Amino acid sequence: MNLQHPLARTVVTTRTWPFLIDLGVAACGLAIFFAIVSTGQYWLSKPAPIADISHSISALPVYAFYSIVRIGIAYLLSLIFAIAYGYIAAYNRRIEPWMVAVLDILQSIPVLSFLPPVVLFMVALIPGHQLGIEMAVILLIFTGQVWNLAFSFYSSLKSIPREMVEASRIYRYSAWQRFWQLEMPYAAIGLVWNSIVSVAGGWFALIACEISPFANYTYQLPGIGSYLQVATNSGDYRALMFGIGTVIVIVVATDQLVWRPLIAWSDKFKFESVESADRVSSPILALLRRSNLLSSLPSRCWAGIEEPIYRRLSRTLECRVVHPVDEEKSNRPSFALYALAVAAVGVVGWGALQAIVMLKTVTWPDMKLLLEGAGATFGRVNAALLISALWTVPVGVAIGLNPRLSRIVQPTAQVLASIPATAFFPIILIGLVKIGGGLGIGSIALMLLGTQWYILFNVIAGAMSIPSDLREVSSLFHFTRWQRWTKLILPGIFPYLITGMVTASGGAWNASVYAEYSHLKDSTLQTIGLGSEISSATDTGRFPIILLATIFISLMVVTMNRLVWRRLYRLAETRYKLEG
Amino acid sequence: MQEAVIPTPGQTPAPAPTVEAIIRAEHIEKYYAQPSANRIQVISSTDLSVVPGEILALLGPSGSGKSTMLRMLTGLSTPSAGQVYWHEKPIADAEINVSIVFQSFALFPWLTVLENVEAPLQARGVSPNERRERSMKMLDTVGLDGFEGAYPKELSGGMKQRVGFARALVVEPEVLFMDEPFSALDVLTAENLRSELLELWANKTMPTKAVFIVTHNIEEAVLLADRIIVLGRNPGHIRTDFKVQLAQPRDRKSEPFTSLVDYIYKVLTKPDTAPTDAPGHQHPERRVRDQRQMHYQMLPHARPGGMAGLLELLLDKGGRDDIYRLADDLAFEIDDLLPIVDASQLLGFLKIDEGDAAITPSGTEFANSEILRQKELFRDAAVEHVLLLRQIRRALESKSDHTVPEDFFLDMIDEQFSEEESLRQMETAVAWGRYAELFDFDAGRRRFVLPDAPEEDIADSEDSQ
Repeated sequence: MNLQHPLARTVVTTRTWPFLIDLGVAACGLAIFFAIVSTGQYWLSKPAPIADISHSISALPVYAFYSIVRIGIAYLLSLIFAIAYGYIAAYNRRIEPWMVAVLDILQSIPVLSFLPPVVLFMVALIPGHQLGIEMAVILLIFTGQVWNLAFSFYSSLKSIPREMVEASRIYRYSAWQRFWQLEMPYAAIGLVWNSIVSVAGGWFALIACEISPFANYTYQLPGIGSYLQVATNSGDYRALMFGIGTVIVIVVATDQLVWRPLIAWSDKFKFESVESADRVSSPILALLRRSNLLSSLPSRCWAGIEEPIYRRLSRTLECRVVHPVDEEKSNRPSFALYALAVAAVGVVGWGALQAIVMLKTVTWPDMKLLLEGAGATFGRVNAALLISALWTVPVGVAIGLNPRLSRIVQPTAQVLASIPATAFFPIILIGLVKIGGGLGIGSIALMLLGTQWYILFNVIAGAMSIPSDLREVSSLFHFTRWQRWTKLILPGIFPYLITGMVTASGGAWNASVYAEYSHLKDSTLQTIGLGSEISSATDTGRFPIILLATIFISLMVVTMNRLVWRRLYRLAETRYKLEG
Repeated sequence: MQEAVIPTPGQTPAPAPTVEAIIRAEHIEKYYAQPSANRIQVISSTDLSVVPGEILALLGPSGSGKSTMLRMLTGLSTPSAGQVYWHEKPIADAEINVSIVFQSFALFPWLTVLENVEAPLQARGVSPNERRERSMKMLDTVGLDGFEGAYPKELSGGMKQRVGFARALVVEPEVLFMDEPFSALDVLTAENLRSELLELWANKTMPTKAVFIVTHNIEEAVLLADRIIVLGRNPGHIRTDFKVQLAQPRDRKSEPFTSLVDYIYKVLTKPDTAPTDAPGHQHPERRVRDQRQMHYQMLPHARPGGMAGLLELLLDKGGRDDIYRLADDLAFEIDDLLPIVDASQLLGFLKIDEGDAAITPSGTEFANSEILRQKELFRDAAVEHVLLLRQIRRALESKSDHTVPEDFFLDMIDEQFSEEESLRQMETAVAWGRYAELFDFDAGRRRFVLPDAPEEDIADSEDSQ
């Protein structure tokens, strides 16, 4: 691993290493092949909604593998969808505002409230195969991951510097070349960072929904989430500990083996004119770059595919004239587009109408319960945020102002933020039952687990960014502790704190759906709240309640975003931004 | 569209092109439609052609639409009216072969120097081997031998622009366009690159038939160009178009050179006649609003401190000096100097006469005063001469709570200016108004406030930070 050390390079003869790595790479290829085959076999097997989940620790690697495959597929689908969505939104002026508005709303709706309808729908769509349930879970993870990726890609496309776009036009790039040489590289860094957040969210949802939390329609997929649940229910604490350990290992390994190399690699896409000194290093990436096979094979294969494409494209009209940048698409929408729009409006209208009709069956007592639940959940989410902020601000500032400490703690907080809180939930529940606490406190604890790290991580970054000359001024003029905090530290970390709180609030809402209702062993724990309404309504199959509760949550999240977070964000951007 | 009032020192007006033009623009205009019947004219009807064998410099202050002109001539931007022809074929359908060297270099930071240069060839379907060979040769020509594997961020500005040149030349363009190619570079690097460009052009090392360079640097234009077109502002229009008869290499210190520079300054600072009056280019059926006939003056984007500095310098020089010499003394380019000169002129502190700046009595008083008195004089001049400031002040005085939102005035001026320009106008108005203590501006709430307004309006304690 110590490849960055100059000694390691000179002592080790340069040829043996890469060859060993090549062997390793080949072995990985074989393993991937086998994995695909066995996954395929399992998927196409007869549906076994309730898989037997073994307690044995030796079964853990297989379960972990299944869960990783689910996350991986969901992530790939999200990435493809996000790129397509962002591309279409950025380049079609007519539908752009619509698509952005849809993104804005969808990214604030908690995913888990989609679970029941999605499961029923997918099972109905692909009957007779295990694939149906699998796809339902994957689709669910997908809906949790895709929106921020799409938003990131879209906003990257919109912010490409004008002269770069003009250069690509004047040199008559095809859309293909523009995509690979301008748009994707420009968006790469945003996509990598958002992928980290997305995949963390994916794990959270996956662990929550591998076992159906509903009494009526039960399923149980082999996976790490099911393992944790079964271990909890049977009181096998040893297995539970090993399960949680596995989750942590997976998260840390993903961070080290995937994200860090990706971040280090994406450094070359940084849009900067001078090289910055501060770079993320990754031994894995260095290792990969030393592999003969890996460094030459992709580019050789790629050239083989690419060259004919470029040759063919260069003969098309697209590549022979210069396209204006400010091209006002004056061409009227074709008939087909009109028809499509009318059809879409029709379908949406019909669906909305049906939903409203369905909502009419909700009785007044139900409504009252939902409103109370909304209040309770709202209170809990904000309590969790407040508690997180209260302890993370002093701790984060203390860490951030100490450069040596922050260099260690900040990456750790980042990894901690991506450990799914749902994995710890069983332990918290057991603890609560033992000390006789209610699920109300439990759900706050779960939200805390999931959200505080984002705030901590951001506060540390904020404290680190306070310029040292400002700090010197404050000590030069003998600021009191109060002055120091109100005039320097709080305004300094404000933009970062807000960013952290916005992310955390999204996570907390998502957690609320899962946290307020739980089956433990054979008893059902629940507390009043929107999340528990959703879950219990699913158990009894009352879809109008689910729908209404989801609408409530979405409304609350969207209003909070619009009225509070966005304003604070703008304030942070305009007044409290420390301009270099 | 000649303005032959000022004698051109030893130059001849550009004759009607006898050779076939490579690019010919016919009555091209650029405007932005407004919701009302008005529209914002950026460039008024213009004819222009690029003929083989010459380096053509397009010179103008900021806001004269030179970059827009370049983009229309290259097909990157579609004219609102008129047509651009490439070898007599409408440019949108023609297979044109031009390159642009950009001010910001516009290199792709994730590609190596070689890949950057190869990319345009790739777009044209050139095979990998030929691509490499041609790119390496071009890198060799611009003096980047050995840098092919480097990434742009590892290079200095001058090196980056060399890559920009290599990328532009590797496709063997018929016309090489350059959009202020040297203005992001330091003086020495720019000088070096300019002479290398001239060398390439003189030796016919590049197959390019014409070079079109957009610049706001008068000396650069005189140094390089065979023909200079000077643009005026509001809206952009051609003020003069002439051939430069000086032999290469040109000496900056020589008399013909400096008198040509002086001449261009005279053209640039001479009061403008409305270009729409020029015969043959009128569209009486359209209502084109010209800023000079408009309600609000266009505020030059200058700081009061800059004006004070210029006036003091002028006073030191006896109250009168050549503008080009002022620019030279200050090492300013016209984009730095002209707004300050214009603003001082607008406020009545300065008069322009045949390329000379002469200080007025009120300007003398301003320059001689200490800061508080300067503010008073500035306030009086601003209220007298600047409609927008007068209106803001009146509105604030007449409203009972003494505050008015910024949007109120933005709505009024954006009838006349583009969205971007309206914002800049407002920014300048705020800077002047604050300096003159005409009003205060609460940036958090985007509202104008009367300075001695009741305390409740500015009670927000954070504002004091």
